[in-house]
Amino acid sequence: MATQKVVGNAPSNASVGPEVRKKYCRFKKFGIKYIDYKDPDFLLRFINDQGKVLPRRITGTSLKYQRRLAVAIKRARHLALLPFVTDGLKDDTTTIL
Amino acid sequence: MEIKFIEPIRMYESTYILTPDLSEEEINQTIAKFNSYMENAGVKIINQEKWGFKKLAYPIQKKQSGYYVFTEFQAPASFVKKFEQEYRYDVRILRYLTVKLDKFAVAYNERRRNKLNGVIDSSN
Repeated sequence: MATQKVVGNAPSNASVGPEVRKKYCRFKKFGIKYIDYKDPDFLLRFINDQGKVLPRRITGTSLKYQRRLAVAIKRARHLALLPFVTDGLKDDTTTIL
Repeated sequence: MEIKFIEPIRMYESTYILTPDLSEEEINQTIAKFNSYMENAGVKIINQEKWGFKKLAYPIQKKQSGYYVFTEFQAPASFVKKFEQEYRYDVRILRYLTVKLDKFAVAYNERRRNKLNGVIDSSN
């Protein structure tokens, strides 16, 4: 059987590893039309431990909303609601608020 | 027939941070100064929220916290440039951000305002 090359993160039956759940764009699914830069708690889900914006392949966000998300995160950083760079943003209980 | 250019009136929201080492009275004075500046220019203030003292995510001008003020208003396009000039002149303002609102943002703010002051609106 020709070795099957796993294409991108498309869940192919040949891929072993954890059960690959179909990623979905949270904004399209829940019909969120506007990403508010003033609400850091919501944006926290889209940045990693160091405060960086998570890539689409991790969050599954569609391109249209990923761009708006990035703009919102940058605005929140400008207003010091979110840090530009940090470590252990999420594990310690002393959140930035 | 002289075509008069009518300035588009748009929805904006503006947030600014005041230095924490201001007395209560000075804070109110600054807020009043900007509000009156808006009113003189004929700007319609839709909503104003004082988020109060918040810890900054990173120090600005060596300060760890700031006093946040958030304002939603309707203004002609040319107003914003002058208004931000005022922000720059004022030394008590650590940082400011003015954003034009599209229709989704306006709807979102509408819902957010209703939620804040507990108005139950069915259409959301």
